[in-house]
Amino acid sequence: MQLITCPWCGPREELEFHYGGQAHVAYPEDPQELTDEQWAHFVFFRDNPKGPFPERWVHGAGCRRWFNAVRDTRTYQFLAVYRIGEAQPQIPGATT
Amino acid sequence: MSTTTATAGDPPGADLPEHPDFLWRNPEPKRSYDVVIVGGGGHGLATAHYLVRNHGITNVAVLEKGWLAGGNMARNTTLIRSNYLLDESAFVYEHALKLWEGLEEDLDYPILFSQRGVLNLAHTEQDVRDSVRRVEANRLNGIDAEYLGPDDVAKICPILNVSDDIRYPVLGATYQPRAGIAKHDYVAWGFGRRVDEAGVDLIQDCEVLDFLTEGDVGDGTARVTGIRTSRGDIACGQVALCAAGHTSTLLDRLGVRTPLQSHPLQALVSELLEPVHPTIVMSNAVHVYVSQAHKGELVMGAGVDSYNGYGQRGAFHVIERQMAAAVELFPVFARAHLLRSWAGIVDVTPDASPIVGRTPYANVLVNSGWGTGGFKVTPGLGWCLAHTIATGELHPHIAPFALDRFVTGALVDEHGAAGVAH
Ligand SMILES: Cc1cc2nc3c(=O)[nH]c(=O)nc-3n(C[C@H](O)[C@H](O)[C@H](O)COP(=O)(O)OP(=O)(O)OC[C@H]3O[C@@H](n4cnc5c(N)ncnc54)[C@H](O)[C@@H]3O)c2cc1C
Ligand SMILES: [Zn+2]
Repeated sequence: MQLITCPWCGPREELEFHYGGQAHVAYPEDPQELTDEQWAHFVFFRDNPKGPFPERWVHGAGCRRWFNAVRDTRTYQFLAVYRIGEAQPQIPGATT
Repeated sequence: MSTTTATAGDPPGADLPEHPDFLWRNPEPKRSYDVVIVGGGGHGLATAHYLVRNHGITNVAVLEKGWLAGGNMARNTTLIRSNYLLDESAFVYEHALKLWEGLEEDLDYPILFSQRGVLNLAHTEQDVRDSVRRVEANRLNGIDAEYLGPDDVAKICPILNVSDDIRYPVLGATYQPRAGIAKHDYVAWGFGRRVDEAGVDLIQDCEVLDFLTEGDVGDGTARVTGIRTSRGDIACGQVALCAAGHTSTLLDRLGVRTPLQSHPLQALVSELLEPVHPTIVMSNAVHVYVSQAHKGELVMGAGVDSYNGYGQRGAFHVIERQMAAAVELFPVFARAHLLRSWAGIVDVTPDASPIVGRTPYANVLVNSGWGTGGFKVTPGLGWCLAHTIATGELHPHIAPFALDRFVTGALVDEHGAAGVAH
């Protein structure tokens, strides 16, 4: 169990949170323009890096707000947490 | 290969075979091979075995970054069954189960395959309906399956709590009598020993870092000409990627995207106990699965940890939840001591079915996405992948699992349709 720092509530136990997968996956701006293949990539395909990974978490048992984090998938260490709408902090090796 | 037989009064596990003195060579990599298999887990080794046994192809290397079968092969809970709902899954897992039934003779090595049956519990009315449906689907596919009420469930596994005053009472279960467990290390060693004898090079401590390529993905001429490893470059005819949770990191090097996500999956064992648990019990609703190993440990697995990870460990609260479920279902477990826990890294797909087959590189086959359930398919997958490598034709059992199903508009089912546990 590790402490995760909610950008609103501060450090709380991991079990208060739920994982939401890769961050910054935007809904297509012109959905009608997408090929079937592009749609498939939007729906099914996500990055799976071994290293820093920007992802979404929700503080379900606290403020119930979503936020973003960059977490190292090798060590599980949270390298940064930031609010939705804020820019992803610069972290060496991180995908964007 | 002789297996000593236990007599009455011997402790559990007394009938386990002795470890052999010698299993395989530890060769230096050659400059080139007809077939290079990346990943020395069960799938890579089984593929090598059937390349030798069914097709006479022996100029093969299996490249393993750690020690042989030290990945998920050494970490799984060894449950083998074929009672999947999806026809395509039922076919490939049943093909594997039939091979398990003769594998000890084939490998001339004890693998302790014990067909003690599996109960998949139903805890709600909807579970009951889904279970009955799966039983009928299994039977139509020639797979042994029955639906049992709580009294019959208790006859098969007397320590299971079938009273109705628990939070998720046991309303019934599906039962597949031919399901079982095998000793995973012995399975790997059996395959390893066999292919080594035939001249296949098992190269440990050899991490695949990158690929040497030629041609162009756009016009279909792309090929991998060599493998860049921590022990130098190795030229290759054909390549099979069998790196389980790490396959997508390898495909990233080739610029091939897959919908794979790697997650920690945890398991744990108790101290050694007298035989108390005669079968396998799985519950998807409260998420625990249990069997008792040959020596006597209770072997238990949980669901995957939710987040992506490569750390071969997981979160404590996942184990805690799983233990709560286990103790409610099996009150006698409350006194058992936990001996150790660990995690493997499993590769999960959006539809809980594997991704096997061709890639945009003409001579590279991918075998991935078996997620939490690929131990049981080990011989079946090896058979089908070897067939595909040797003949150039996708084996019909793996053909439905092509990567392109996600982009062609094929029906991509959800987890429930696959009948997997996670
Ligand atoms: C806790 C747990 C419980 C499970 N329980 C069951 C179960 O009860 N029944 C069931 O059917 N399945 C189960 N599974 C799933 C099963 O273990 C896997 O689906 C299956 O083992 C995957 O195939 P494999 O054996 O080849 O993988 P692995 O044994 O993981 O083989 C892949 C190998 O590739 C190597 N590798 C990775 N990257 C590289 C590289 N760059 N270069 C060289 N080598 C590399 C790894 O070191 C590893 O040895 C479980 C898994 C876990 C983790
Ligand atoms: Zn919060």
